[in-house]
Amino acid sequence: MSTKELTIGFVGNPNCGKTTLFNAYTGANLKVANWPGVTVEKKEGAMRLHDETYRLVDLPGTYSLASYTMEETVTRQYILSDDVDVIVDVADASALERNLYLTLQLIELGKPVVLALNMMDIVQERGMEIDLHRLPEMLGIPCVPVSARRKTGLEILIHTVAHHQDKAQGEKLIHHHDPETSSHKDAGEHHKYYAMVYTDEIEDKIDEIGERLKKTYPGMDNLRWHAIKILENDQELKEKYPLDFSDILDQDYEKEIINQKFGFIEEVIAECVANRTRKAESTDRTDRILTHPVLGLPVFLLIMAGVFFLTFTVGDWLKGYFEVLLEWLTDAVTGGLLAMGTADMLISLITDGIIAGVGGILTFLPNIFILFLALAFLEDSGYMARVAYVMDGIMGRIGLSGRAFLPMLLGFGCTVPAVMASRVLENRRDRMKTILITPFMSCSARLPIYVMFSELFFGDRAMIAAFSMYVLGLAAAILTAFVLKSADRGKDGNMLLIELPEYKTPNAHTIYVYVSEKIKDYLSKAGTTIFLASVVMWLVMNFGFHGFTSNMDQSFGAYIGKVLVPVFAPVGLGYWQIVLALISGIAAKEVVVSSCSVLFGIGNVTTEAGMSSLSVLLGSMGFGALNAYALMVFCLLYVPCMAAVATIRRETGSWKWTGAMAAFQLATAWTAAFLVYQVGSFFL
Amino acid sequence: MKLYEGQKGSTLQVVHMDLPLQTERRLEVLGMLEGTRITVVNRKRKGAMIIKIRGTRFAMGQSITEHVEVKEV
Repeated sequence: MSTKELTIGFVGNPNCGKTTLFNAYTGANLKVANWPGVTVEKKEGAMRLHDETYRLVDLPGTYSLASYTMEETVTRQYILSDDVDVIVDVADASALERNLYLTLQLIELGKPVVLALNMMDIVQERGMEIDLHRLPEMLGIPCVPVSARRKTGLEILIHTVAHHQDKAQGEKLIHHHDPETSSHKDAGEHHKYYAMVYTDEIEDKIDEIGERLKKTYPGMDNLRWHAIKILENDQELKEKYPLDFSDILDQDYEKEIINQKFGFIEEVIAECVANRTRKAESTDRTDRILTHPVLGLPVFLLIMAGVFFLTFTVGDWLKGYFEVLLEWLTDAVTGGLLAMGTADMLISLITDGIIAGVGGILTFLPNIFILFLALAFLEDSGYMARVAYVMDGIMGRIGLSGRAFLPMLLGFGCTVPAVMASRVLENRRDRMKTILITPFMSCSARLPIYVMFSELFFGDRAMIAAFSMYVLGLAAAILTAFVLKSADRGKDGNMLLIELPEYKTPNAHTIYVYVSEKIKDYLSKAGTTIFLASVVMWLVMNFGFHGFTSNMDQSFGAYIGKVLVPVFAPVGLGYWQIVLALISGIAAKEVVVSSCSVLFGIGNVTTEAGMSSLSVLLGSMGFGALNAYALMVFCLLYVPCMAAVATIRRETGSWKWTGAMAAFQLATAWTAAFLVYQVGSFFL
Repeated sequence: MKLYEGQKGSTLQVVHMDLPLQTERRLEVLGMLEGTRITVVNRKRKGAMIIKIRGTRFAMGQSITEHVEVKEV
């Protein structure tokens, strides 16, 4: 056997269980990579079987390999590159008819393809039968039944891949769909190596284009695929091979080619799938309520309220234990360091800087965990896509498709993936709008700020105060979109089109992978960005123009904060410590909390004792409930964290846009906090 | 008749689509071609719909459903 490891590309429609299958092989040991130059994500993992190493690459879900969307183009280019040895086409066997279109396109690409018939357990549950002898005969590629959920057929699939790696083209196929009476010169014999054979008219055109390509580009492999694509008027290939085909391309052949492919798919389904009509009724029953024209919206709001209720109540309960642990750790470390005779400065750095900053953030892990767990449930159960339909009416009123609501919903978790999710919108204008308003959806990193300040100042009503931030953020997003819509009225960009998968019980492994990935991100952020920010904050607070100082008033930080105080005074935030905490929050939103611990010199700011001393301190400065609320509002709306800004820059591809967005967000935050503080002062 | 006029539960056949080329192609790739039979699963008053094409459910906005000509079968 060769020593070179085999690279297997996983391709499939959205909702075919491709990621579940991929995870079943690799566990959570993923490496997320971006294609150079474009921000389409692919995931990589490795597995070993019989002393061979296989590299697995999970590509974004796609319905076709045309070059209409960026993801399609990039997926196609990647599959065609030398990097991929074998393609595994993952298909939802319970919806084979829809999945086969991509399969036919993949076969035409000319690389070795293995069809993985996923969800075979569901096929059996429904009493459907798939003819596993006739199907590979008709398609000309191996077809392996698997179930990613039940983990069956996994090893056989890899075996098949290993044995099929050199067979780009198999034996002659046994066709029955050729017109027997064709009087064409090649009738009966020609193209029998291909699964998909078009009508004689189209086949002649493919041959002719192929011959011309061969003359000009003698080294070209897979002539047939190139010819078909050029016949389909594929812009990317026509630019790459600028020959004149205008005499052949006398009409729109793409539509005809798609039609004929589906014609063949219907034949395959008719021959290979039995008992297709027995459908699972459970999805229809569930949808009767969840996508009900009237009830759909209240049900959605109820679900979201439940998610936040869990995040706050159960999360806070667990957080209590984390705090006890943190307090114990601080005491133990301080004691230990003192016993070792460590210098005061170092003790201060470790306890006031690092433990206070990083540790304070870690206590929020339970809240974050529950929030992402809930989002994973919504996504994996199939409900997420329904939200797009339910929200389409409201989103339409603000000039966006219901689909734009998905990135916004993800924004409750983290702005970075949410901004990336705006890719599902084809229209650039819609994408820009969505990217602009997504940061207003309050991300999980802002949660610690709300929890801390609302518990400090709002007592029993803390949860309401925190929840109001989410509502306010949503309102800011909707208002912004509405204003933008009035600005460019007349242009109709709203085109909702989304697949609604069957409902299913969420898969434990998929949820585990999803949540553990997010938790890992959060922890590594605590270990890097927040660690650094805490150290920098400590330095800025403990050093001044005269070197190390224990009097914070003399520090660099105080100096910077004090310069900006006049700007923040009208919004109730005219305290240099708060100003500094807000600036540090641009590194990551949680840093606002950790900075407060460092700035106010309170070790365990998130514990009960720490909170009460902070409350006393703030109170003595004249910082009350209204100031706290203004602070929360400002944190909700101002510039998102550096990671989010960098993502926005990548996704929009423009510094100008990114800068304008940041300026807009700052202005919005200032104005909103100003209104809250001024109107509030008037009444209180 | 137009698709958005279709009643819940009815089966319709696509006659013609009058949409931007890119949208039309996307629908075709999903298997919604002229002559394809589709079922209306759910609909909202304004024209957004859930329809079933070749066994798979799709949600479509009004801006699509009002540009698809269908006939009852």
